[in-house]
Amino acid sequence: MTEPAIVLRDVTKLYRRYAYRRQFSTLKSALLKGSLASELEPREVLRAVDGVSLEVAAGTTIGLIGRNGSGKSTLLKLVAGITKPTTGSVKVHGRISALIELGAGFHPEISGRENIFINGVMLGLTKREIAQRFDEIVEFAEIEDFIDSPVKTYSSGMYMRLGFAVAVHVDPDVLLIDEVLAVGDEGFSLKCLDKFADFKRRGKTIVLVTHGLGLVERYCDEAVWVDAGRVRGHGDPRNVVHAYTTDVARGEEQTLASADRKAQAAVGVEPDAAEAAAEQPMATDEPPADMSGAAQGRWGSGPVRIERVTFEHDGTEAHVFRTGDRLGIRLAVRTPEPVHDFVFGVSIFNSEGVCCYGTNTDIEEFEPVEMSGAGEVVFVIDSLDLVEGTYKLDVAAHTRHGVQYDYHRLLHTFRVKSHTKDVGIYRPRHRWSFSPAVRLTPRRA
Amino acid sequence: MLANLRRLFGYRILVQTLVMRELKARYRGSVLGFFWSFANPLLLLLVYTFVFSVVLPARFEGVDNYALFLFCGLLPWTWFSSALTESSNSLLANGNLIKKVLFPAEVLPVVAVLANMVHFLLALPILIVALVLFVPVLPTVTELLWFPAVIAVQFLLTLGLGLMLAALTVHFRDIRDLLANVLTLWFFATPILYPWTEVASRGPSVAGLPPAGKVLMDLNPFSHIAISYQEILFFDGPFGHWKWLLALAVAGMGLFLAGYALFDRLRDSFAEEV
Repeated sequence: MTEPAIVLRDVTKLYRRYAYRRQFSTLKSALLKGSLASELEPREVLRAVDGVSLEVAAGTTIGLIGRNGSGKSTLLKLVAGITKPTTGSVKVHGRISALIELGAGFHPEISGRENIFINGVMLGLTKREIAQRFDEIVEFAEIEDFIDSPVKTYSSGMYMRLGFAVAVHVDPDVLLIDEVLAVGDEGFSLKCLDKFADFKRRGKTIVLVTHGLGLVERYCDEAVWVDAGRVRGHGDPRNVVHAYTTDVARGEEQTLASADRKAQAAVGVEPDAAEAAAEQPMATDEPPADMSGAAQGRWGSGPVRIERVTFEHDGTEAHVFRTGDRLGIRLAVRTPEPVHDFVFGVSIFNSEGVCCYGTNTDIEEFEPVEMSGAGEVVFVIDSLDLVEGTYKLDVAAHTRHGVQYDYHRLLHTFRVKSHTKDVGIYRPRHRWSFSPAVRLTPRRA
Repeated sequence: MLANLRRLFGYRILVQTLVMRELKARYRGSVLGFFWSFANPLLLLLVYTFVFSVVLPARFEGVDNYALFLFCGLLPWTWFSSALTESSNSLLANGNLIKKVLFPAEVLPVVAVLANMVHFLLALPILIVALVLFVPVLPTVTELLWFPAVIAVQFLLTLGLGLMLAALTVHFRDIRDLLANVLTLWFFATPILYPWTEVASRGPSVAGLPPAGKVLMDLNPFSHIAISYQEILFFDGPFGHWKWLLALAVAGMGLFLAGYALFDRLRDSFAEEV
């Protein structure tokens, strides 16, 4: 067991809530009460980091993952020593370089050359050390031609590259990286990754905060999942990433479900709202002239009402599906008087508004006979062969001649997730085969 | 705190680099460049000479060359007031250093005070040339030996106040606006535009104390700085204000330590509040 490079013990960080910034009500009152110290105690607090204990062995590459606002960056700043924990202790052995914001401290008016020296001194290098590494830094940043121009004339890519180059050439024992790998073009990103691999080989400790889960799985020895300021999972990257994505999907499910309820309530699709709506005419009785361009809404005033639309997966209500899942769309319908001319239709739109598929009972040659009272219509897709994305649904009840009874335009949302990041609007069932001279092997076990 | 103070000394390379950066950046892009450090005070001197000899002739007893007298107090005041204004804004202006990099925050007000001191020093040659040309009796060597002492005392005083203002402005942004007005008042309350003898006899005297004008002036630390510069550079005769200057040196040391203590106390809040 190597000596740990980073030790966090029961670290808690409280932040004052910004929205209710009562702070000092006024300078005067703070001075009059003589309570400068106690006024500095936060009143409304946010537990950005909540009792985190963590040890990172020297030479480990560790990935911090978690939702936005979960406390990853705060944790990184605590390790960097930029902020101090409210309680608990942080110990780091060796020189730290934190890539939290690239090029922080560059002065726009002076040249890249001078900025390299100044930035290097800020990051703790001596002038001699900088002089030794100068050429390497310039070469790494790929700005040889502009090194004597003021930094304000640099493109944002050049600026970031220079900031990155200086920071990694500090030759730290512990490198902290906050979501800065999206620097520059493809080529530069690869160079950065090479640099990390190089750090790893030389036994440096790297802490990486990122939303790039693939990066964590590929490059990290360990992963830590931070959620609401606490460590939810720590260990093998694959397991932690899996636990995290499962949780994200669950969260999405809830968000979509509540968004769906809201959208439906807004136009009176919910059961109780529907009753009230039945007594007074709909806000919009006439469909818009150009249906395909219409925003979400609901119209139609016929007797047949679609009172509720639910998505199902294996008999339970769901909003998030995996490619290939069975998707059920259940319409609860009702009519106050028996009807003999009715058609039910369903269309699926992707987020760009492209109709992926649409059909109705008339197209598929069902002859309406009679409908009375309440009933259900279920539309089942055995294998949901759509690419990853968010999809919206049109559902309708109308006459065979197209007179709308009840039309729900883009009111219902579901999401499709997929391991494969293929593109398009539809995923045909497919497979690959190769002749013996062409050898490939699947990457995923 | 003592350990932190020692660390501050360890940052001298960083401080030096940043002061150079300030100086380089200030005139970057201007045609005259560094020459402005000399041209600015020269133009200022010309403007004051014109205003106070032609437009608004100023007459004070014992002051023959008013513009030059004014200049002796004005240059150090410019250092003082710019340094305070910049210090109080220094942490906010460099917020990304405080928030995103492990950076010793006290370096920033120190750099603000030092950079303005360099400007003050660069303006001195203009003052010296003007003194040689227009003042009949030049300062003696003994007087000139006091000159660096005055600069040192002013440095301590300015840095102490600068550290306090920098730390407090992070929490009370009001200070930036307040400071500009306070400095204007302070400027007029200090014997820079007029010799101190003008106010020494004004105002009622209470409970056996000297007149109120004299008391107020004695309580104003910068009046002793200004009087010291004027006595050394402008007025004839030996430097008689040295007792006040020594007292101010002690007070300045205390102010610096108090300022640093306050800064140190609030240090941990900077990254969150900036």
